[in-house]
Amino acid sequence: MSTAVYERIRKNPKFDELVAKRSRFAWMLTIVVLGIYFIFIMVVAFNPTLLTTPIWEGGTASIAWPIGASMILLFWLMTGLYIRRANGEFDDINSEIIKGAIE
Amino acid sequence: MNSRIMKYAFVVLALSWMGLAMAAPDVGATQKQPLNVHAIVMFFIFVMATLGITYWAAKRTKTASDYYSAGGGITGTQNGLAIAGDYMSAATLLGLTSLTYFQGFDGYIYCICFYVGWPFIMFIMAERLRNLGKFTFADITSYRLDQRQVRTIAAIGSLTVVVFYLIAQMVGAGQLIKLLFGLDYWIAVVIVGVMMVIYVTFGGMIATTWVQIIKACLLLGGGTLVMLLAFSKFGFNFETLATQAVANSKKGLALMGPGSLLADPVTAISLSLGLMFGTAGLPHILMRFFTVPNAKEARKSVFIATLCVGFFFTVVAIMGLSAITIVGTDPQYFEGGAVGSRLLGGNNMPAMHLAHAVGGNLLLGFLSAVAFATILAVVAGLALAGASAISHDLYANVIRKGQATEAEEVRVSKSSSLILGVLAVLLGIAFERQNVAFMVGLAFGVAASCNFPVLILSMYWKGLTTRGAIWGSIAGLVSAVLIVVLSKAVWVSVLGNKEPIFPYEQPAIFSMPLAFFMAWLGSVTDSSVRAAREKEAFEDQYVRAQTGFGSAGAAAH
Repeated sequence: MSTAVYERIRKNPKFDELVAKRSRFAWMLTIVVLGIYFIFIMVVAFNPTLLTTPIWEGGTASIAWPIGASMILLFWLMTGLYIRRANGEFDDINSEIIKGAIE
Repeated sequence: MNSRIMKYAFVVLALSWMGLAMAAPDVGATQKQPLNVHAIVMFFIFVMATLGITYWAAKRTKTASDYYSAGGGITGTQNGLAIAGDYMSAATLLGLTSLTYFQGFDGYIYCICFYVGWPFIMFIMAERLRNLGKFTFADITSYRLDQRQVRTIAAIGSLTVVVFYLIAQMVGAGQLIKLLFGLDYWIAVVIVGVMMVIYVTFGGMIATTWVQIIKACLLLGGGTLVMLLAFSKFGFNFETLATQAVANSKKGLALMGPGSLLADPVTAISLSLGLMFGTAGLPHILMRFFTVPNAKEARKSVFIATLCVGFFFTVVAIMGLSAITIVGTDPQYFEGGAVGSRLLGGNNMPAMHLAHAVGGNLLLGFLSAVAFATILAVVAGLALAGASAISHDLYANVIRKGQATEAEEVRVSKSSSLILGVLAVLLGIAFERQNVAFMVGLAFGVAASCNFPVLILSMYWKGLTTRGAIWGSIAGLVSAVLIVVLSKAVWVSVLGNKEPIFPYEQPAIFSMPLAFFMAWLGSVTDSSVRAAREKEAFEDQYVRAQTGFGSAGAAAH
């Protein structure tokens, strides 16, 4: 019964458009997050002293801490960016497709 | 019926608690601390409140869907807090504060490794999990594959993770409570076991979720309060905090950068892979995605969970740094009153001593109660995930081949959680004097190597067949367990051998690629009729994963 609906959804060109758009966006964000993260891990593993540079000249607090905190903040903001588009734009197209397939 | 049993349990527990609180003698075991009245009173309030919630939840738990997934009626924000709660265990609060206290920035690196799995889950997994799953993650892996084989191996993977994680939590609970509350180890373990079984059997997912939400709020609030009070001693100036920490620590300037913990690149990368993808393979976390009504709310929950977890880790790091100066220079927190000797109560105590230093006995009591509540909530989530693997996967779909009624299935789940509770108490007591630090690592390793590869392939790769899924899971499970057993953590520290057979303790960098490879190999060489049918069925699954059309429980709420 639902196989027929699935097939109608599959044939709708909007479905391909939705999937392409959403996947591109999701993978782009993933690559940015993983990229930044693995650069960080590589620095930790291969050049740890780089991170001990003081924030203020002559100070003690190192740039490692604000870098860590900004990574956490940035990754969270990126999840926010994703749900903004996914729960708005993408979900609107989605419900349109489903509506079209049921009727 | 249920509610009557519930009432009895409530009364019995209340009485036994009062008995304990009044009788608990200080028999002077070596590490046991004097009875902590503030902590016990506050914990008692928490227990009563959660029992009230369980009673309320029990009345609302009527169908299997209510029991396993709270009927899909949890909102995104609530679920986000619950997920964060599942993820922030007492080990996070105590262990990571202590790591920052002793190692400085290494502690924060650990936090970042733990954290980065969340954005990944958001972008790649959240909506597909919600759209395809029903009660357990095996619903997804077995969607178009052989139900019996794939569910069996998924249940084995889940139960392995759950049991190792449970043992680590039970032992941690026993030690912690002995320390913080001044109660005997076995009493603590029994209390945790009993509470866990009550939450899960009577209240199912609804109670487990609300216990988790309350605990998450308490933990976030308590941690933030301690952090603010501590940070205020440095005028909220990070430079002052860092300068004093460096001046007061044995490690000196080394606190400010990556240290010895991740000195070796293989360990660093393997650990970060294991933590990141292990998060995406933990059965009790995955289950939470089925408690929200749709993909929209599933995304919202990851957004909230990511915020809470990231915030909490940063709070913990500041607590650890502050403790270096505030706790580390105060003789009252050291054995024999000599600064620099062993910390009172052991190395996991900086967070608790810090609470005492900035807020006196009241804040210490509060934070202790929160730590105990945290353990209760986490073990309840684990027990529910384990019980569901037994009842929904093994019993209903493998043994009864999908012919069991909902009522039978839920009944089996309830008895399973009872059995898991007894098992957890027995194992907790058996492992009292063992070093269980490796068990959490092992749980994450198995989750990343046995559960995660097959889960992600089943959602993304058309070519995955039953044979590939089985090969991949078994390869991941066996290699992850073997590597941990042959490494220093078990072979030397637990089994007492001289030299480890395998040089690395973190399995993920080896076992995860192996699992992916075997899943691929098993699939591409599979030219059976069944394999062809399974590949063909990917189309429908793909449409449902993308659109959510036909997903479980979406219409009911």
